Amino acid sequence: MTTTTENTAATPAIAKQPARINWVKAAPWLFTLGLFLFWELLVRGLGTPVTILPAPSRIFQAVVQYWSPLLKNSAQTLFTTTLGFGLAVIGGLAIGLFIGWSKTIYAGLYPIMIGFNAIPKVAVVPILVIWFGIGTIPAVITAFLISFFPIVVNVATGLATIEPETEDVLRALGAKKLDIMLKVGIPRSMPYFFGSLKIAITLAFVGSVLSETVASNYGLGNMMASAQSQFNVPLVFAGLLALAVEGIAMYSLMAFLERRMTGWAHRSTMAN
Amino acid sequence: MAHLVSIDDVDMRYGGAEGTLAVSGLTMRVDKGDFAAVVGPSGCGKSTLMKLVTGLHIPQVGTVIVAGQHVTQPVSIVGMAFQNPTMLPWRTTLENILLPLEIVERHRHRLRANKKEYIEKAEHLLELVGLKGFGAKFPWQLSGGMQQRANLCRALIHEPELLMLDEPFGALDAFTREELWCVIRDLHAAQGVTIVLVTHDLREAAFLADKIFVMSARPGRILKEHRVPFERPRDLEIMYETRFNDLVHQLHGEIAQARATV
Repeated sequence: MTTTTENTAATPAIAKQPARINWVKAAPWLFTLGLFLFWELLVRGLGTPVTILPAPSRIFQAVVQYWSPLLKNSAQTLFTTTLGFGLAVIGGLAIGLFIGWSKTIYAGLYPIMIGFNAIPKVAVVPILVIWFGIGTIPAVITAFLISFFPIVVNVATGLATIEPETEDVLRALGAKKLDIMLKVGIPRSMPYFFGSLKIAITLAFVGSVLSETVASNYGLGNMMASAQSQFNVPLVFAGLLALAVEGIAMYSLMAFLERRMTGWAHRSTMAN
Repeated sequence: MAHLVSIDDVDMRYGGAEGTLAVSGLTMRVDKGDFAAVVGPSGCGKSTLMKLVTGLHIPQVGTVIVAGQHVTQPVSIVGMAFQNPTMLPWRTTLENILLPLEIVERHRHRLRANKKEYIEKAEHLLELVGLKGFGAKFPWQLSGGMQQRANLCRALIHEPELLMLDEPFGALDAFTREELWCVIRDLHAAQGVTIVLVTHDLREAAFLADKIFVMSARPGRILKEHRVPFERPRDLEIMYETRFNDLVHQLHGEIAQARATV
C-alpha cells in the first residue's frame, strides 16, 4: 500500500515538466533570429546603402521577388554538388581503403595526395573548361576534387590506426590481412568516414559554386555573379542565403547518417 | 613427459642486426595443464616471450616448440588476452566472443551451419566467468572488470590448448582483481587448459601459478624457476599465511636484484 501512495505523489511532479521551455532545443532558432535582428538593426542604425550591405528584410524581399530563378539555380547547384559529392564518396572510400591497406602504398601515395590537395581548385577549373566546356560537368568535377580528399584521409587513418593488441590477437589465431581488414579495419574506419562526410559536403558546395561562378550559365554561383555585375546586391545575398540553407540541410543529413550508422562510436551519449 | 611449450636458447633482436636485444639465451618449459607465471623487472622482454610463443615473432637464434610443432608462423591453438581488453565496440559482447571462430581455420567453415552450438558454448563461458545474460550488451556498456571477463571468454572460445595472459588484470582495482584471480583459478581447474601468465604482480603469480619463472633485466633470460608448493584448490585467505608471504618476499628480492644488475 505504501508504494501506491508514493506513486500517486510522484505523478503530479512529472506532469508539471512539459510546461517548461527546452532552451537547448530552441537555441539554434533563437540565435539565428537574433543574428538577423542584430543585422537589421545595424544596417538601419548605420544607414548602410543597399549596394554595400542590404538588411535581412531587403534580402527576404529579393527572395520573394526572384523566387523562380532562385529555386531553379538552387536545384542546379544542389544537383551538381550532390553528384560531385556522391562521386567523391565512392572514389574516396575506394582510394582510402587502398591507401590504408599497406604501409608502402600509404607512404607512396600520401605526398602525391597532399600536393594534389594543395593545388587551388580555382586554378583547375579553366583546365576542366578546356576539356569539358562550360556548364554542369566542370562543376561536378570541381565538387568531386575538393571534397574527396578529407574522405580519403579519414578512411585511411581509420585503417592505419588499428590497435596493435587487436591485430596481435587476430594474427595469433591465423588471421590474414584481409580478415583483419574486414573484421576490424573497415568497421573501425566507418566513424572516421561518416565524420568526414560532414566536412566533405560543405567543401563540395565550395567547389560547385566556384566552378559555376567562373564557368557556367546555370547555378547559384552563376546567378550571383550576374546579379553582382548588375549591382543587384540583395539578390547576391539571397543566393548566399539559399546556399546556407542547402549547406545546413545537407550537413544535417550527413550528421543524421553518421549517428544512424555508427551510433556505437558516440557511446557517451548512448550509455545511459 | 612431453612439454607443451619448450623454448631453447632463444635470442630475439628487434630492428635488424644493430637493434635491441630483447631476450637472450631464453630457455623455459611449460608442461601440459600447468599454470606458469612469468615475473620480472619492467622491460625484461615478457611481452616478447608472449609473441614468441604465439608465433607472432620468429626468433633469430634458438627454437620454440609448441605442442610438438616448431613455431614458424602464428599458432592457432593459443588464446591471448592483454591488459587492454580490445573488445570491438560495434559488436555485442557475444559477437566479440565469437570473433576468433570467424578466424580460426578449423572453425570458420563450420560457424554458419553450427551457429547455435557455438552460441551455447559462448553463453556457457559467459556463465563460467559470471557474466550470464550480458552477451547482448555492448562492451562499452560493461565495467572494466566485466570487459576483462569477456576478454577471457574470447580467448577461450576456440578451445585453445594454451592460454597466454599478458598482465590481464593490471588496470583493475584490487577487489575486482582478486575476483578475477578466482575466475582464472576456476577456469584452469575446470578446463584443464595450460596457462602462461605474464605479470608484475608477485602476489598474483604466487596465488595462481604452479611454476614461477623469474626473468632478468634486458636482455631477458630466466634467472630462476620456482615451484609453488601450495595445495589446490587455493583460497584467497592463503595470501595472509606466512609461507605465502615468504615466497612473495623471496621473489621480490630476486627481482630487486635483477633490476640492480642492469
